[in-house]
Amino acid sequence: MSGGTSNFQSNSRVVNWIEHRLPIFSFLDSQLHQYPTPKNLNYFWNFGSLAGIVLVIMIVSGITLAMSYTPHTDLAFNSVERIMRDVNSGWLIRYIHMNGASMFFIVVYIHIFRGLYYGSYKAPREILWMIGIFILLAMMATAFMGYVLPWGQMSFWGATVITNLFSAIPLVGDYIVQLLWGGFVVDNPTLNRFFSLHYLLPFVIVGLVFLHLWALHMHHSNNPTGVEIKDEKQDTIPFHPYYTIKDMYGLGIMLIFFAFFIFFAPNYFGHPDNYIMADPLVTPPHIVPEWYFLPFYAILRAFTSDYWVYQIISLGGTLMSAKLAGVIAMFASILVLLLLPWLDRSRVRSAKYRPLYRFFFWVFAIDCVILGWVGGLPPEGVLVTIGQWSTFWYFFHIIIIVPVVGILERPKPLPDSIAASVTSAPQAAE
Amino acid sequence: MSETASGSAEIDEQTRRDFLIWSTVAVGAVGTALAVWPFIDQMNPAADTLALASTEVDISQIEVGQSITVIWRGKPVFIRHRTQEEINAAESVDLADLPDPQTDDARVQKPEWLIMVGVCTHLGCIPLGQKSGDPKGDFGGWFCPCHGSHYDTSGRIRKGPAPNNLPVPGYEFTSDSTVLIG
Ligand code: HEM
Ligand code: FES
Repeated sequence: MSGGTSNFQSNSRVVNWIEHRLPIFSFLDSQLHQYPTPKNLNYFWNFGSLAGIVLVIMIVSGITLAMSYTPHTDLAFNSVERIMRDVNSGWLIRYIHMNGASMFFIVVYIHIFRGLYYGSYKAPREILWMIGIFILLAMMATAFMGYVLPWGQMSFWGATVITNLFSAIPLVGDYIVQLLWGGFVVDNPTLNRFFSLHYLLPFVIVGLVFLHLWALHMHHSNNPTGVEIKDEKQDTIPFHPYYTIKDMYGLGIMLIFFAFFIFFAPNYFGHPDNYIMADPLVTPPHIVPEWYFLPFYAILRAFTSDYWVYQIISLGGTLMSAKLAGVIAMFASILVLLLLPWLDRSRVRSAKYRPLYRFFFWVFAIDCVILGWVGGLPPEGVLVTIGQWSTFWYFFHIIIIVPVVGILERPKPLPDSIAASVTSAPQAAE
Repeated sequence: MSETASGSAEIDEQTRRDFLIWSTVAVGAVGTALAVWPFIDQMNPAADTLALASTEVDISQIEVGQSITVIWRGKPVFIRHRTQEEINAAESVDLADLPDPQTDDARVQKPEWLIMVGVCTHLGCIPLGQKSGDPKGDFGGWFCPCHGSHYDTSGRIRKGPAPNNLPVPGYEFTSDSTVLIG
């Protein structure tokens, strides 16, 4: 990792002995202590470290849950009930894990929208941004498979509906679904492999987080002005103690919020049907995914055979079925974010200096909320139309508005430097 | 002359080396693919899962207008003793009205017995309509509550996101009162 200067020195012979063989002390010193950080970061810059801490909480609570959990269709549901009733502190660990998943997504979604607002995805941070999107995908896969483990009604039917999405793929679709299930329906082989992968993926995420931080430390954090660091002395402060303390403060607030749900509304984010053991012969009347999947679920369902966007992209219904179009759109809604650094033509990063982009940013944010709201309700009447127009807008924003605004907009003048933006009397550069 | 000779020798050398490199890469790639395959194939249905026996069902107790659900390969199979009106409705449909055109005749062995896999061809929910109080959709057959697919009295898709008719499994009437599915 570059960037960090370390004038690390120690008097301890032990430390020096180790340092000579594995320069870990100077490494940590340069990356976590001296590490120069823009001095104007606001609280939106807390969410990266928060996400990291929630990941650790998920791994610790997950590994301890796994000590009492049994991945078998006959036993899984009861083993979770046993965790809730009989295992010491089991209820606490499970509620931490259950609500921790929701906290993880809240924190990460804020983190992503922070990046969208302040243009953190632009050069030279494209790879940093793309690794972030891969982390999101891995989180989604992990959470989806985790939700299957308690083997309640929503576990089973959510797994059935989502794995069946792959049957939309032409020719090999049915074969792939059978491969995922290990049978002809979601059953014990499915539960077993989901447990195996649910255990594995969080550690893959840890690996991705390291790459994410490596890329971050190459060019340092973006900041609310979007102006790069020009003079390390003027524009930055060392990470420790300034940002360690700020991150700790943010963590305290987040943990209070988290604890409120664990202790006072532990099932707020859940669905009561998941306390009914899975019954392969009875589909619940209304299947909903977890809240963090709802916007994507709304995009999936928007594609009915009479949806005009579908009619256009399938050339009047000939190219592909509406089911396949919905599946493609759902995956594309995330993958298209990988292209954002190149779709955005503006060289100004921060929306603070981009009035037109700022307006559309908020429209987009509201659009995502509407998608989430529609995704949680049965697809009936006017909701179908709302879902379809919000789906249209989601893609229209990213593919059309972002590039066009980048070209047309006249940004406001940028401050000369980070330091100049925070001093009360703006110094004229001339 | 000597220059040309050494030049061509070099080219020879190059192509020979290229050949060696590429054949090594090719053999390595095939070998890796072969080594990876068992780790993917282990996810496919195991021998005991595949060996699930066929299911024999006694249908003598099913009254006209009643349905039962049995399990075959872990999936629900709907067996319906259809009424004359249902048979007439199923047979009188114009094939041009069907998203997945199929005559009723092609879907039954005996018109009064409709036997099909009760898994919605959209995303795999179980359609309602087996019990007398269930919603049966706009075409008097089955209705899938998940995303609103309507099936008719022959189990054919008529409206909603599902692309295909409910599939008919292989079956055989072993006597007047029993049917063997699978
Ligand atoms: C990226 C981090 C993780 C996420 C987002 C996540 C998400 C989830 C979710 C949403 C559930 C369902 C909770 C419920 O409704 O009951 C779950 C269950 C479970 N998870 Fe995780 N998990 C993560 C990491 C882990 C790890 C590292 C393990 C270690 C083995 C683990 C083990 C389990 C077990 C045993 C269950 C079943 C018990 C239960 O349902 O409470 N998880 N996970
Ligand atoms: S699963 Fe039946 S309509 Fe979607």
